[in-house]
Parts: sequence; C-alpha cells; structure tokens
Amino acid sequence: MDLVCPAGNLPSLKAAVDNGASAIYVGFRDATNARHFAGLNFNDRQIESGVRYAHARGVQVFVAINTYPQPDNMAQWQAAVDRAAQLEVDALIIADMGVMEYARTHWPDLRLHLSVQSSATTHEAIDFYADHFAIRRAVLPRVLSVRQVAALIKKCATPIEVFGFGSLCVMVEGRCYLSSYVTGYGPNTFGACSPARFVRWTEAGDSLETRVNDVLIDRVGPDEHAGYPTICKGRFKVNGATGYAIEAPTSLNVLPILPELLRIGVAAIKIEGRQRSPAYVGQVTAVFRQALDACARDPERFVADDAWMARLQSLSEGSQTTLGAYSRGWQ
Amino acid sequence: MKTGEQSYRLSLGPLQFHWPRQAMLDFYRRIESSPVDIVYLGETVCSKRKEFRYRDWMDVAERMLGSGKEVVLSTLVLIEAQSELGQVRKLCNNGRFLVEANDMSAVRMLGGDTAFVGGATLNIQNQYTLKILADQGLVRWVAPHEMTASVMTAVITQTAAEIECEVFGWGRMPIAYSARCYTARALDLPKDQCENCCVQYADGLLLSTRDDEEFLVINGIQTMSAKTVCLASEFRQGGHGADILRINPQASGTTNIIELLHQLRNAATDCAEIIAEMAKFAPAGLCNGYWHGAPGMDLCT
Repeated sequence: MDLVCPAGNLPSLKAAVDNGASAIYVGFRDATNARHFAGLNFNDRQIESGVRYAHARGVQVFVAINTYPQPDNMAQWQAAVDRAAQLEVDALIIADMGVMEYARTHWPDLRLHLSVQSSATTHEAIDFYADHFAIRRAVLPRVLSVRQVAALIKKCATPIEVFGFGSLCVMVEGRCYLSSYVTGYGPNTFGACSPARFVRWTEAGDSLETRVNDVLIDRVGPDEHAGYPTICKGRFKVNGATGYAIEAPTSLNVLPILPELLRIGVAAIKIEGRQRSPAYVGQVTAVFRQALDACARDPERFVADDAWMARLQSLSEGSQTTLGAYSRGWQ
Repeated sequence: MKTGEQSYRLSLGPLQFHWPRQAMLDFYRRIESSPVDIVYLGETVCSKRKEFRYRDWMDVAERMLGSGKEVVLSTLVLIEAQSELGQVRKLCNNGRFLVEANDMSAVRMLGGDTAFVGGATLNIQNQYTLKILADQGLVRWVAPHEMTASVMTAVITQTAAEIECEVFGWGRMPIAYSARCYTARALDLPKDQCENCCVQYADGLLLSTRDDEEFLVINGIQTMSAKTVCLASEFRQGGHGADILRINPQASGTTNIIELLHQLRNAATDCAEIIAEMAKFAPAGLCNGYWHGAPGMDLCT
C-alpha cells in the first residue's frame, strides 16, 4: 500500500519525503483546491522545487485541483491543470467533470485521480469516471465500512485510495453545505470549511464562546479545550440534551486495521492535513511508514504498537482517535 | 432552457422524511388533486425505510400519471451497500418513468441512452459538466442548492443543449449526508438497531445552538436546515430563467403551499400577502440566502 501524505508548504513536503511517504499531495495558492487557507499552499516555483526534491528521492507528487469551478472562473482551473502538467507532476486529483475533460483532452498522458470531493462511493460511480476520463485511482469518501470498501474493491478495476489518518469529515465530501449555509463559503466552490475570517472567540463569564458568522458552535469551560469550530464538531441541543450531536472533535486513525486494508486490496492510504505543520506531517508519516512496513512484512502478526498509537493520539484533534465509518459501531 | 412557456412549473420533490405508510398513502392521495405539475417519488435518504416497496411507489406513480402529473422516480443519494445499488438499478430499469439520478452510480446504470433528470447532489456547477451529462441523456438539471441565481443563469445560457432547469424553492433544505444516523445517535441507539426511530419525527428532529437558535434538523443520515427555503418572490420576478420550482413535502401544509404558489404564478395576486401566508408553514422562519449570493441561512429581500 502506498502512503500518500499532505504538504501545505515546502518544509512539510520535505518532512513527508524524508519520513517515508510514497507520494505527496499539494495544491496551488487559490480556490482550485480544497485547502484554500491564507498563507498555505504552493506557488509554481515552490512546486517545482518540491517536485525536484521528491523525484530525486523516488517519491511522487500529486496536485489537488479538486474544487468545483463555475462559469466565470473555469479558466483559473484550466490554468491550474496546465501549470501542474508543465511542472511534470505525477498525477492530478480532480473532482469536477469539466476539469477532468479538459485535462484529458489537453494532457492525455497525465494521470488522473478521482478526488474524494466527487462523492463516489460505489464501483458504478467510479466506473463512470474510468470509462469517460480514464481515471487511474479513486479516493473514497469517509462513509463506508471496511466490509463495504472490500465489496467495492472486488467489483472495481480502478485502484482505491482511502483515508487513514487526520481530521474526520463525517459528511459525504462534495455534498456538505454546512459551511456555506452559515458563511456563504464552503468546500465545493471556495475550498475551505468554516473560513477563519468568520470565526470569533468571545469570553462569556468564565467560559469561551466560539461563533461562526455569529452562530454559536460551542461554549467551553476553563478546563476544556476549544478546537477549531468546524460546524459538525460543535455542541448543540437535541431533545433537551446538549452534546456533540454530529461528532466530537476526534481524528481518524486506521492503524489498528492496516492488515485488513492490505488484505482487501486497498492501493493507497491517504493522510489528511495540508493545513498542518511540517513537524506534524513528519511525525505522522514516520509512524505510518513504520506501521506499513511492519504490516507488509507480517500482516498476520501485525499489532498497532502502543508507542505508535500514543504518538498519533497526541497529534489528534481532541487527543482522541476513531475508526470512523470503517467500524459499523461508529455509524 | 425551453422558451415559449407562460410561467414556471411546480414540482413536488421526493419525501425526505420517514412517515408511516398510511400517512404516505394519504399524502399522495391529496397530491393527486393539487395543482402541482411534476411529482418526484422514491426514497432518497435511507434504504432502511421500508414503508413503501417498489410496487407501492409504482402504484402511486400510475395514479399520479392518471391525474395528469409528470412522474419522476428519484434515486438514493448516498449508496453504501451492494443491496442499495440493486434498488437503484431497479428504478433505473423501470422502463416507464423518467428517473432523477442523485448519484453518479445511477447515471452509469442509465447507460448513456436514457433520458434522465440530474439531481442537485450530482454537483453540476458549470456548463462543461452539464454538457458532458447532457450527452449522457440529461434533459433536466436540478441546480445545486448552494448555487447563486446569477451562476445558475450563466450555466444555462452558456449550455447550448436544450435543458430544463429546476430549483429547490420551498422546504427544509438538505444540507449534508453521512454514514452515521444522527437520529439514532440522539436516541442512543446503534444504527444497525435503529428501530426506524426517525418515524417519530415527521418534520425531522430539531437541533438548536446552546443559545437556543433553531439551527438544523436531523433526519436520519441527512442534515437539513431548520429554516425553510422560500424562493416564491424570486420566481415571481422571473426566477432568473429557471423552468421549475421544487417544493419538498412537509408534515402539514404541503398542499396549502402548492396552492399558494399556484395562485402566485397565475394571477396578479399580491406577492407579500401570499408569502406571509406561506411563512405560517415555516416553523423556524424563512431563508433564501444562496440564491442572492449570501450565506444559505440568510433571508434577503
């Protein structure tokens, strides 16, 4: 299984390469990718030196162009495809069919991956993109159980990449409007969830209130940690009880089920977190590299080492990890 | 878009909630005599809801057809299990009624030679993607709920093919879909033993902020807006070129809403008065922000 690691800047890319990534995925500094955050991502020269650094060490570079252009800004997405192709990256990760068709027509030799933002959860959906745009890999939304992933892989000729670690989108990617409902800007067309300029922290007595565009997402006491207020990780009232009605702040971690993912034929494990620091990227990559190597050597006897788990836990949202939808119990 | 029509048509979207079988039968009986032009039928949210089987949907579809309505069968949005693919395939192969594809799985099953409606969750955001799907048989495009009116107009004017455009214009808005069932979670039940608990909430289960703002509605694996989308006055002003206004079913007042929107499109009735009447059927207030380029939850005038 390949290990696909995130990089929001050149130091993160180097940290991932140095710690054992098989491939790095990056984005341009604009709305053409799903981590459109201030100060993050690459200009052309940075990608160019990143590609040089990675390729010299046998590591691939993928460029995410995985948001949805609209009529007036399609040219920007097409230009992103052209630039990535000219930088000789190894694959593009695309969500929109219009962008896929453009890449296919203008750069027929360029490898295309289907982005998680395309919401494809079945072999039928993936086959559509394979038939029409010759995609060579598909990234699955974080909604299927391990058994469902296995059933999909059995019927699907396209290699499958799944999320292995990082912040957990609990909604089907590409079909979540929570952020745009509250702020007007969301992952599909703007490339960010709960954009920072809408977030406000205010003191209220001895508690801290977090608001996104004035909507109260959570209120934390002096001993509690206030995480970044993505709307799905807030505390709300349902049926008179207050709690994490959608999901608690937590990170996905598939380390305990690596042998199963290997056995069912997953082609690649993706680490989330282009917005994270180089130190974070380096540490997560190192743990997953060790674990993947151990698993490949002897899947029967593989156990998720306590030290690895502790290290990942300390890097996780809310300091806790989950198997998410891979486990039926979570659903 | 098509030209030469006097006014926009009204459609009834697929039932998003889980209602008891008798409530569904009664509801669709009432719809037969309502002035709605198009009726979308089928379970689009959760395959565990089994009040209606395929045969029941087809019976209702025939009755709607007999009452002069156009019928469209609408497919499941989030497909996870192989058995669910089987259900979608059955709808795609029905051989009689138009299908609304809400996932690319359905588009592929329709095979490129069958006319279909492209649902809002296909995420068709530009004329290039719309053209690709038109070549596959798409004859009607339901704009993504978060799209602004001006973008929608740009998409339809820049797409050469004759494609109808439909917009979600009344109801609690579907906002997200998940593997997790939030209704079961709220009641502390595992999803696999959910006991069909969502049947208790005919308009969904309200989720409020900690300072008591009515924010969202939980509907099984689906999350919706607590506010009701209302594009009545926007359509009254021409609807930016959209052909069809979609109304989603709600536990009470759906036929009133259809009646009011029908009055609005046909007569020189006072718009403000009708909208005030419609607002009575929106328990957490109205919103129309997306249409105007604002946050979806906003109400713009």
